Amino acid sequence: MTILLTFIQKAIGQSISILFGATGEIITEKSGNLNLGIPGIMYMGGIAGLMAAFFYERAVETPIGFIGLLLSFAATLIVSALGGLLFCFLTVTLHANQNVVGLSLTTFGIGFGNFFGGSISKLAGGVGQISVATTASAYRANIPVLSKIPVIGELFFSYGFLTYLSIIVALIIGRFLMHTRKGLNLRSVGEDPATADAAGINVTRYKYIATTVGAAIAGLGGLYFVMEYLGGTWTNNGFGDRGWLAIALVILALWKPLNAIWGSLLFGSLFILYIYTPGLTRATQELFKMLPYVITIVVLVITSKREKLENQPPSSLGESYYREDR
Amino acid sequence: MLNDHEVLAKEPFFRITKRAHISNFKSWGIRLIAVVLSLIVCAFVIMAITGENPFNVYLGIIDGAIGKKRRLWVTIRETLTLLIIAVGLTPAFKMRFWNIGAEGQVLMGGLATAAVMIYLGPTLPNGIVLLLVFMASILAGLLWGIMPAYFKSKYNTNETLFTLMLNYVAMQIVTFCIVFWEKPSGSNTVGIINGANEGGWLPKLFGLDYGWSLVIVLLMTVGMYVYMKFSKHGYEIAVVGESQNTARYVGIDVKKVIMRTMMISGGICGLAGAIIVSGASHTISTSTAGGRGFTAIIVAWMSKFNPFVMILVSAFLVFMQQGAIQIASQFGLNENASDIITGIILFFLIGSEFFITYKVERTRAKKEATAK
Amino acid sequence: MDSEVAIRLQNVTKRFGDIIANDNVNLLVKKGEILSILGENGSGKTTLMNMLSGIYFPDHGDITVHGKKVTIRSPKDAFALGIGMIHQHFKLIDVLTAAENIILGLPGHERLDMKSIVAEVNELVAKYGFDLDPEQKIYDMSVSQKQTVEIVKVLYRGAEILILDEPTAVLTPQETSKLFDVLRNMRKAGKSIIIITHKLNEVMAISDRVTVLRKGQYIGSIETRDASVEVLTEMMVGQKIDLEIDRTEPMPFVGRIEVKNITCRNRDGVAILKDVSFTSSAGEILGIAGIAGSGQKELLEAVAGLQEIESGEILYHSPEGETVTISDMKAAEIRDLKISLAFVPEDRLGMGLVGSMDLTDNIMLRSYNEGKHFFANRKNPRKLATRIVEKLSVVTPSVDTPVRKLSGGNVQKILLGREIASSPNVLMVAYPVRGLDINSSYMIYNLLGDQKQKGASVICVGEDLDVLMALCDRIVVLSGGELTGIVDARTISKEDIGLLMTSSKKGGAQHAE
Repeated sequence: MTILLTFIQKAIGQSISILFGATGEIITEKSGNLNLGIPGIMYMGGIAGLMAAFFYERAVETPIGFIGLLLSFAATLIVSALGGLLFCFLTVTLHANQNVVGLSLTTFGIGFGNFFGGSISKLAGGVGQISVATTASAYRANIPVLSKIPVIGELFFSYGFLTYLSIIVALIIGRFLMHTRKGLNLRSVGEDPATADAAGINVTRYKYIATTVGAAIAGLGGLYFVMEYLGGTWTNNGFGDRGWLAIALVILALWKPLNAIWGSLLFGSLFILYIYTPGLTRATQELFKMLPYVITIVVLVITSKREKLENQPPSSLGESYYREDR
Repeated sequence: MLNDHEVLAKEPFFRITKRAHISNFKSWGIRLIAVVLSLIVCAFVIMAITGENPFNVYLGIIDGAIGKKRRLWVTIRETLTLLIIAVGLTPAFKMRFWNIGAEGQVLMGGLATAAVMIYLGPTLPNGIVLLLVFMASILAGLLWGIMPAYFKSKYNTNETLFTLMLNYVAMQIVTFCIVFWEKPSGSNTVGIINGANEGGWLPKLFGLDYGWSLVIVLLMTVGMYVYMKFSKHGYEIAVVGESQNTARYVGIDVKKVIMRTMMISGGICGLAGAIIVSGASHTISTSTAGGRGFTAIIVAWMSKFNPFVMILVSAFLVFMQQGAIQIASQFGLNENASDIITGIILFFLIGSEFFITYKVERTRAKKEATAK
Repeated sequence: MDSEVAIRLQNVTKRFGDIIANDNVNLLVKKGEILSILGENGSGKTTLMNMLSGIYFPDHGDITVHGKKVTIRSPKDAFALGIGMIHQHFKLIDVLTAAENIILGLPGHERLDMKSIVAEVNELVAKYGFDLDPEQKIYDMSVSQKQTVEIVKVLYRGAEILILDEPTAVLTPQETSKLFDVLRNMRKAGKSIIIITHKLNEVMAISDRVTVLRKGQYIGSIETRDASVEVLTEMMVGQKIDLEIDRTEPMPFVGRIEVKNITCRNRDGVAILKDVSFTSSAGEILGIAGIAGSGQKELLEAVAGLQEIESGEILYHSPEGETVTISDMKAAEIRDLKISLAFVPEDRLGMGLVGSMDLTDNIMLRSYNEGKHFFANRKNPRKLATRIVEKLSVVTPSVDTPVRKLSGGNVQKILLGREIASSPNVLMVAYPVRGLDINSSYMIYNLLGDQKQKGASVICVGEDLDVLMALCDRIVVLSGGELTGIVDARTISKEDIGLLMTSSKKGGAQHAE
C-alpha cells in the first residue's frame, strides 16, 4: 500500500514536466507549427527560473520565498516565450524549415541551460552547490491541512502548486481549443492556413501567439523540474530527454490536452517502474528504462493505422504559410 | 456601417516577392553576410559574458581550432565525422524522409564496433577484425534505419518521431551493454578498448592518425554525389521525394525505394559509428554520437543535399565548435558555450535562406492619396 | 459619383515576379447587377478578384467601394466592406462542421454557443431555400453541398457583393440552373454579384453585363443583351476563332480495353466504383462524364494499374488479337508488357510530372529504367525532350528548365507529348484542357483526334459537357461510382447527360447523401 502510494507520488513527480511540455506543444502544433525546439526551450525555462531565484537569494539578506517564486516564475515565462518567439520569427516570418529550426533551437537551448547552469554552479562554489532553498521550499509548499489527511492527503494534496497548475493549464487549453471562437480559429489555422486566412483570421498572429504561449507553458516544465523535483539546484543534462517525451506524448494524446494528463501519468510511471519492480538486475533496469520510448513507438505505429480524420495531426503541421506563394 | 477608418489605416510596409532567379554570387554573398553577422553577435555575447575584447576571442577561436597540429587534426577528425553522417542522411532527406535518428544509427554502429572489438579484437588478426567491424557497424545502423522505413512505407507512420524515439532506445541498449563491458568494474564506463594490442583500431595511413577515416569519408562523399546525381537509384529517390504519386504513376516501387534508401542511410550512419569508435575514441558511451546526428541534419539541409558543399559547412561548424571549446577553457567558461555559439550561427544561416528565396522591398510612400 | 456603383477599380496592376498578372485593369460593378468577368484561363480574372477579397494586395491602382477609396489588405478588410468571395477551390476545413466553417474568424461571444449558431444558419438556409445540414462535417459532403456552405458562409457575413470564381465547373446542368435561380434571387434582394467564368453560354444566360480580360489586360465591358457569342469570343481571344472541334468518324468497333464488373474501395472502405463494365474501342474517343468525384479518377487509375480492385477484371485486347488480364498487374508490369498504355492524369505536376525537375528528367520518367545499367541514360530523353518542344511548340527557355516554371498549357504539352511519344494503343486523359487557354485547348483536341485516327483507343475524362459532346464518339456516364449509361455523343442532349450524372442505376433521381 505504502509502496503503491509512493510509486504514484513519484510517478506524478515525473509526469508534471512532461505534461507542461506536451500541453505547450499541443497548442503550438494546433497552429500548424511543429516546434522540435521544445526540449531546448524547457532547458531555457528551467535555467532562467533558477537563475532568477539564485541571484535574488544572493542579493537579499533574508530572501522571501514568495518573491523568489514570483521572480523565477516570471523569468521562466519570459525566457521560454522568447524561445518560442525566435522559432516563430524564423519559421513564420522567414519561412525557414520547422524541423531544422526546431533542432537548432534544441541544441541552442540545451547548451544555454548547461552553460548558465555550469556558470552559476561555479559562482556557487562547484557542481551541485547551487541552492535556492527559500524559493524552492515555496515551490514545494503543499496545502497545509488537506495534505495531512492520511492516504488521500498524500495522494492528492502533497504537491507544490505547479503540479495543480499543470493540470489546470491542460484543462483550460483543452476547453479553449474546443469551446471558444479563438480556439476554433486556431484549429483552422493548423488545419488549413489558406482557408483561415480567407476567413479573415490573422494566420501570422495566431501562429505567433500560440507558439509563444506554448513555449512559455513548456518552459514551466523546466521550472518544475528545477524547483520542485530537484529542490532548487542544477545538474547538467539532468533534465534529460523529458522534452522529447513531451513531444511524443502529443501524439499519444491525439492532440487533446485532457488525454495528455493521463498520458503523462503513464509516461511518469514507466519512467520509474524499474525502481519499483522487484528482482531487476542493473542490466535489466536499463532495459526497463527503454519502456517509455518503446511504448511511444508502438502507439505511433498503431495510431498511424487509424483512419478517423479527427485523430490525425493538424493537416498543415510542419508547413510554412505564405499567402502569395504560387 | 463600414469600418473604413480601420481599413484605411493599414498599409503594408514591405512587399515580399519570390525571386524568379538569383545568381550564385548573390546567394553565397547573402550567406556570407549571415555568417559575418552571426560572428558579430557571437562576439557581443562572448564579450558580455567574459568582458574580453572580441578580437582576442576570435584569435582564440582560430587558435583553438587550428592553432596547433594536434588541434588541427582534431578539427579535421570532427569534420570528417560530421561529414559522413551528413552524407549518410542525404539520400533519406532527398527522399523527404525525416531521419532524425542518425544519432541512434551512429550509436548502434558504434556499439556493434565496440562489440566486435571487445569479443574478437584480441584474438583475430586486425585486418579481419576491421572487416567485421565495418560489416557489423553497417548492419547495426541499417537495422536502425530499416525499422522506421518499414512502418513508414506500410502504414505511413510518422518517421520523425519514430527515428527520434529509436535514438533513446539505442542509448538504453548502450547503457545495458556497458553494464557487461565496464572496465574497471563499477566505473560505469567501458574505458579504452584493447588499449594494449590495439585490436580493431583503424591503423595509420600515410603516417596519418586519421588517414583511413579521411579516405573512407571522402570516398563516401564522392560516391554519394555520383549515386544521387547519375544513378537510376538516385533518380528514383528524387522522384519519390518530390511526389510519391508520380513515383507510383511511373511504376516505381515506392516501398522498395524507401526501404532501400533508409538501409543505405542507416548503413552509412552506422559506418560513422565505426569511424568514431574504431578510428578515434576507442570506447563507447551514450555520448559517442554526441548530438552530431542532429547537427548533421542541419549540415545536410543547409548544403541543399550537395555532398561537396557539406564539406564546407561541416568544416565551418566544427571549426567554430572547436574554437569555442578552446576559448571556453581559456576564459574559464564551460564547454557548453560552443553549443550556444553554434546555435546563434545556425539561426543566422537558416534565416538567411529567406533572403535568398524572397525579395523584400520597401513599399513606396506614394500612397498618400489613398490615406487621404 | 454615381451612387449606384458598388465597386470601381482603376488602373490596378499586380505582378508576380516577372509575370504581370493584371496590367492597369479597370472594372465597374453596379448595385443589384450580375456582372460576368470573362477571360481565358490565365487572363488574370482570379488574381483581380483576389485583390478585392484581400488575398493579394495590388502593386498599384485604386479600389473604390460604395464611393469611398479603400485599402483592402486582408480578407477581414474585405468582409468589413461587405465583399465575399467563393473560391474555385473551396476554402473549407474538412474536419469541421458546416456551421463551424461558417462562423470561422467572426467576432462574437468568445464562448462558442453552437446551438444558437446552428439556429441562425438554419434561418438563413430557409430564407434562400438552400439544402444544408449545419452540423454535417465537410468531409462527408458532396461538391455541390460544399459550394452551398461557401455561399451561406458569405451571406452569413452580410456580404453585399458576392464574387463567385467558376462556380459551375463542378456542377451538373441541373445544379447549375438551380444556382442561377438563387443568384437571380440575390440580385432581386439588391446584392451585386460577380461571376468569373470562361464559359460563354453561362455569360449569356445569367449576367447583365460582361467585362472581358485578356492576358492580364482590360479589354472592355458590354451589356449582355448587346453581346453575342462571336463578339465575346473575339474580345476574349483577340481574333476570330472557329470553336468547332474537328471530329472524324470512329473506326469500326474493335474492343481494346474491356472493363468487367469492377468494384473498388477507398481507404475508408467506401465503394468508389460499383460494378462498372464497358469496353473501349480502337479508333474512337470514349468520353467519361460525371460530377467531380464520381469515380472517374479511380477508373482510369484502375486501368493503369494504380488502383487496387476489389472484384471484377480488366482485359486488354491487343491489335494482334491476344487478350491479357491487366487488372492483377502493377503499373510497372503493365509497362513491361509493352502494352503501350499512356495516361495523362488529372494532377499534372503532382502525378504526371515532377515540378522541380527539368524537361529532360521529366521525359525520362517513363524510360529511365530501360537497360541493365546502374547509371541512368539521359542522352535519349534529352533528344526526345527537344523533339517534343519543337513539334508541339512548347514555350520554354530550354530543356533544362524545371517544368514548374512553364505555363499550364506548356506543362500539358510536355506531359501529353511524352505519353504519345510511344505511339500508344490506349491513351487515357483526365481533364486534358483544364486551365488551358483556347489555342492550347484546341491543339490538345487535335492531338487526341490524331491518336484516334492512328487507331488508338482514347479515353477522355472531362468536366465540360459541351466539349465532351463535341469531341467524343461515345460517352460513359458515372454517378456515385456507378455506370448509369453509355450514350452516343452525337445524339444525346446535355440535359439527358445531366440527368444520368445524378441518377442511380436503379432508376429515379438520386439525392446526394
